[in-house]
Amino acid sequence: MTGNGLASRLALRFIALAYLAVLLLVPVGVVFYRTFEDGVSAVIDSVTTPAAISAFWLTLEVALIAVPLNAIFGVFAAIALVRGRFPGKRLFDALIDLPFAVSPIVIGLALLLVYGRNGLFGEFPLDNWIQVIFSTPGIVLATIFVSLPFVAREVAPVLREIGDEQEQAAATLGASGWQTFRRVTLPAIRWGLIYGVVLSTARAIGEFGAVSVVSGKISGETETLTLLVEKRFQNFDLAGAYAASALLAVIALVTLAGMTLLNKREEDTT
Amino acid sequence: MAPAGTLAVGVSTLWLSLIVLIPLAAVVARAFDNGFAEFWDSVTTRQALSALQFTVIVSLLVAALNAAFGTLVAWVMVRDRFPGKALVNSLIDLPFALPTIVAGLTLLALYGSNSPVGINVAFTKVAVGMALLFVTLPFVIRSVQPVLIELDREMEEAAASLGASKFTSFRRIIFPNLVPAILSGAALAFSRAVGEFGSIVLLSGNIPFDTQVSSVYAFKQIESDNVDGAAAVSVVLLFVSLFVLLGIRGLERWGTRHDR
Repeated sequence: MTGNGLASRLALRFIALAYLAVLLLVPVGVVFYRTFEDGVSAVIDSVTTPAAISAFWLTLEVALIAVPLNAIFGVFAAIALVRGRFPGKRLFDALIDLPFAVSPIVIGLALLLVYGRNGLFGEFPLDNWIQVIFSTPGIVLATIFVSLPFVAREVAPVLREIGDEQEQAAATLGASGWQTFRRVTLPAIRWGLIYGVVLSTARAIGEFGAVSVVSGKISGETETLTLLVEKRFQNFDLAGAYAASALLAVIALVTLAGMTLLNKREEDTT
Repeated sequence: MAPAGTLAVGVSTLWLSLIVLIPLAAVVARAFDNGFAEFWDSVTTRQALSALQFTVIVSLLVAALNAAFGTLVAWVMVRDRFPGKALVNSLIDLPFALPTIVAGLTLLALYGSNSPVGINVAFTKVAVGMALLFVTLPFVIRSVQPVLIELDREMEEAAASLGASKFTSFRRIIFPNLVPAILSGAALAFSRAVGEFGSIVLLSGNIPFDTQVSSVYAFKQIESDNVDGAAAVSVVLLFVSLFVLLGIRGLERWGTRHDR
């Protein structure tokens, strides 16, 4: 390598790292710094208030409903995309990505228009059955919407990669469809499935826009962690907002670590 | 496997329709409920139009900036070696994992009124741009990186042996191979930026005719019970994302045209 080549290489490395630092690392570092500025006990106090604990459990509950449902759908969708032959397949393929592209506000409004007081079903669900908007089911629906494509998008390439020879062999040997899926397909797609679940979970926990339209933001009832961050910020409780943010940031970092480990595992096994 | 395939198609189409397609159709229906003229009036009020204009311009700028820097970062991640590279590579996905509201607060902590570095851009257009740069950072990097890894080094070696400089070989050999990936990454970034809400809502201050973006405008319309106005703007946003989504599909087909 010539001296000139080395210089330009170092310059490129510097620019790339500086860009990432200014935009990513330094801001996130500052949030952690600000959070723990007044000591650890203040942070613990602020994430264990009744409102914070209730927000934490609601966030968890919503994720625990939305993610498994989307995991099941995602596997079905991946099988449909890779193994299925049906008219409109390419359109279906494109439409699955809609939740990635649509603004969260549009998603919230869409749910409002279907399930709200003046919505598609009118006041029927409200009077007879269940309240969706300004209640937990609405938050769950919004969360399912935004995290819908992840599992399908992670599992589909794996399915394509493994082909269907083993499945056909199993079928020839007399396995039922379900047996084939459970004993042959599922073990083969498991890492893709887990990766998709990790991504969905992170997205489910972090969703803000769509949830903020449908939740009604009732403290202690329909307030998720991200909504709590916003409320505390608007009430000038900066320390509280930072503390709740730090909690969410830790969840994000754990997710990242999980993604990295899973990617490594994938490289090792292939 | 025909029955299982059919079951999968049925279940997934039903789920997609119930969760995604029917609610979105309800938005479109609501927007055109009172006729096209009404829709057009809602979209072209001075405030809605100014928000839309700002949204599109800032999103284009952000997509272009991240296309340039994203390609550069991807290059460094693939071709360079330095201690801690694996860690940096993992951290690039942080904007995907970090909740958007936290992203907004994060930027506000560093570049807001209490900035430890003395830079205060809160409630300005620059702040909106920074938030969008943050949330769309990984798209171009993650779409260029795999292409760069797969790229045949022999072409570059051939170019070098024929006397091409590093820059010439990048411009004439590498860059043309990366164009489809850069464009589709930038398109994803653009469509994400156009709809972004969470990271902007705290940072922008939501000043009409200045820092107000379309998604925040739509949110304010919902809050003030102008659902028709919100639906009209939402339809515009919806069509932008649909358009970009189908455009990316086309790009991918174009990018793999030699493989077919």
